[in-house]
Amino acid sequence: MARAVSVRRLTLMTAAAWLVGFLIFFPILWMILTSFKTELEAFSTPPKFLFFHWTLENFGIVQQRSNYLKFAGNSIILSVGSTIVGILFGVPAAWAMAFSPSKRTKDVLLWMLSTKMMPPVGALIPIYLLFRDSGLLDSRIGLIGVEFLINLPIIIWMLFTYFKEIPGEILEASRMDGATPWREIVYVLAPMAVPGVASTLLLNVILAWNEAFWTLNLTTTAAAPLTAFIASYSSPEGLFWAKLSAASTMAIAPIMVLGWFSQRQLVRGLTFGAVK
Amino acid sequence: MTGKIVLKGVRKAFGEHVIIPSIDLEINEGEFVVFVGPSGCGKSTLLRLIAGLEDATAGKIEIDSVDISDVPPARRGLSMVFQSYALYPHMSVRGNIGFGLRMAGESKEVIRQKVEKAAAVLNLTAYLDRKPRQLSGGQRQRVAIGRAIVREPKAFLFDEPLSNLDAALRVQMRLEIAQLHESLSTTMIYVTHDQVEAMTLADKIVVLNSGTIEQVGTPLELYHHPVNLFVAGFIGSPKMNFFETEVVAAGSDGVTVALPGGQAVTVPVLPDGAAPGGKVTLGVRPEHLRPAEAGELAGDVVVVERLGGDTFLYLRLPGQPLVVAQAEGSDPTRVRDHVHVRIDPATCHLFDAKGRSLPHRQRHALVQSFRPTDQAAKHWP
Repeated sequence: MARAVSVRRLTLMTAAAWLVGFLIFFPILWMILTSFKTELEAFSTPPKFLFFHWTLENFGIVQQRSNYLKFAGNSIILSVGSTIVGILFGVPAAWAMAFSPSKRTKDVLLWMLSTKMMPPVGALIPIYLLFRDSGLLDSRIGLIGVEFLINLPIIIWMLFTYFKEIPGEILEASRMDGATPWREIVYVLAPMAVPGVASTLLLNVILAWNEAFWTLNLTTTAAAPLTAFIASYSSPEGLFWAKLSAASTMAIAPIMVLGWFSQRQLVRGLTFGAVK
Repeated sequence: MTGKIVLKGVRKAFGEHVIIPSIDLEINEGEFVVFVGPSGCGKSTLLRLIAGLEDATAGKIEIDSVDISDVPPARRGLSMVFQSYALYPHMSVRGNIGFGLRMAGESKEVIRQKVEKAAAVLNLTAYLDRKPRQLSGGQRQRVAIGRAIVREPKAFLFDEPLSNLDAALRVQMRLEIAQLHESLSTTMIYVTHDQVEAMTLADKIVVLNSGTIEQVGTPLELYHHPVNLFVAGFIGSPKMNFFETEVVAAGSDGVTVALPGGQAVTVPVLPDGAAPGGKVTLGVRPEHLRPAEAGELAGDVVVVERLGGDTFLYLRLPGQPLVVAQAEGSDPTRVRDHVHVRIDPATCHLFDAKGRSLPHRQRHALVQSFRPTDQAAKHWP
C-alpha cells in the first residue's frame, strides 16, 4: 500500500515538479516565442513574454533566404539512412553477443562504449583528411557513414540489453516444439525482439537528427542537414535572434512531433531492463 | 507402445569440468522415471542431454533402439516442460499449445481440434484466447503441459516443473501429472530435487550425486534398501539418523553394534566382511525411533516440532549430533524432558566404512511385491 501523503505535502511536491519541468522546458518555449517576434522585440529589455506583436515574417524570411525543405530532406536521409545501416549491423552483432556470448563479449561491449568516451573532436582531423582525400566531404553517403559509426555502440548496447532479456528457455522450448533455426527466428525471436528494435530505431533517429558536430564540420551546402541550417543564422552578418529562433523551431518541429507520438515506445525502450 | 530410452556410457564435460563422468541407464516404455539429487548433481544436464539441448561428450543415447545422439531436439520426438514454463509471450494460449503442430505442418482444422481437446483435459478452455501474462502460475504450467501433450511425443521430459509454484498448487499439479501419466501411459522423465515428488510420482527413481548414479529403484526399494549412506540420507524426511559406531559381534542372525549410552542392537543384515571392532554407521529413520517407557537410547529433548498428526522430537545424546524421533501427534513431551526411545532392529541399516550398506537378510515385504526392474537389479549389490 502506498504511504499516506498529506495534502499539503502533495501540493508542495506537485508545485515543485511543475517548477522544475517549466525550468527545463523554458529555453525551448522562449525559442518558440522569440520566433514569432520581430527582431527588435527579440532584443528588447525588459524581455516581453507574451504581449508582443505576433508575426510570422521570420519564417517567411528564413524560407526565402535558404531552402528549408532541402535541409529537412537531408536531415531525413541522414537520420533514417544511418539508422537503417546501424540496425543492419547492430542486430546481428547484438544477437551474437546476447545468444552465444564468449569469454570476451563483455570486453568487446566495454570497448565499444569506450569509443564514446573520447571527445569527437579528437578524431576530427583524421576523419576530415580521410573525407577530403576520398572526396566524401559534403556528401550524404559520407555523412551517413559517420553518423552510423558514432551511434553504432549505442545501438548495439540497447539491442544487446533487449535481447538479453529474452529467456533462453523459450528458444529451447521452440526447438523442442520442432522449430528449425530459421523458424525459431521468424516465429519466436523476431516477434519478441520487435519492440526493442523499434525503440532503438526511434532513439537513433533522434540522435542522428540532432547530431551537429560532424554535420557542421563535414558539410557545406549539398549534404547539409537542419543543424547546419540553424548554424547558418548565428554568424556571418551578426546574430539575428528572431530568425535564428524561427530556424531552430522549424528544425526541431518534425523530430518533436515524432518523439511525441512515439513516447510510449521510447520510454519503454529506454527503461527496459531496469524494470521488468 | 514406444518410448524406450537407453543411455550407454553417456558423458558430459565442459572442457576440463566433468559434469557426468559416465552413465548407463535404461528407461522402459511407459515408465515414470524421476531423476532426483541435490542441486548441481547433474540431473538437469542429464535430462537436457536426452532432450538434445546439450550434446553428449561421449556415449550413445537410443530411443526405441535408434541412436539419436546426433539428431537435433526437434526431430527426437520428445516434449519438454520447463521450470520457467517458457511460454511464448506474444502468442495466445491457443497459439502456444498449437505451436508444435504448426511447426509439424498440420492443417488448421487438425490443430484446432487437438488444441481444444488438450485444453479441455487441462481445464484451459476458457483461457484459450488469453496471453500467458494474463494467467496464474498454475495455469501457465498447464499451458506448458498442454503444449507438450498435443504433439503426442514418445516421451515427456519435465525439468523441475513445479518448483515455481506455491506449496498448495504444487500438490495439486503433482496429482494432475500423476493422472496424466495414468491416462496417457507415455514414458515420462521427471527431474526434481524434491524427494516427496520423487517418491509419490515415480515408478523408478534414479538417485544422482555429482554426476553418477547412486541407486536406481522403486521408491520403496530406495526407502527400505538404500545401497549407501548417500541414498539413505537423501530419501526420507526428516533425514535418517546416523550413529558412528563399532561392531560388537557378527553372526548368522545379524551384526551387533554398540549404541551410544552403552546398550547394543543386533541388526538382521549379512555381515559382508564386517568383523568385531570394525567401524560401521548405524542408520535409523525418525519414524522407526519411537519414544517408550524404556528403550535402547535416552536423551534430553532440545526441540519439539508439532505437525498435528505427528510430533518430531530432537534429542541431545552425549557425543552425538541431534537425533530425531517421531512420536504421536498427541505426545505430551516437552523441551528439556528426558526421553527413552526404542529401536526396532529390523528397520535399522548398517553401512560399512566406505558407506556401502550391508544387505538385509530379508527384503521388505512391499518391495518384493514391486518387482524391481532389471536395471535396478543390476545396481543392487
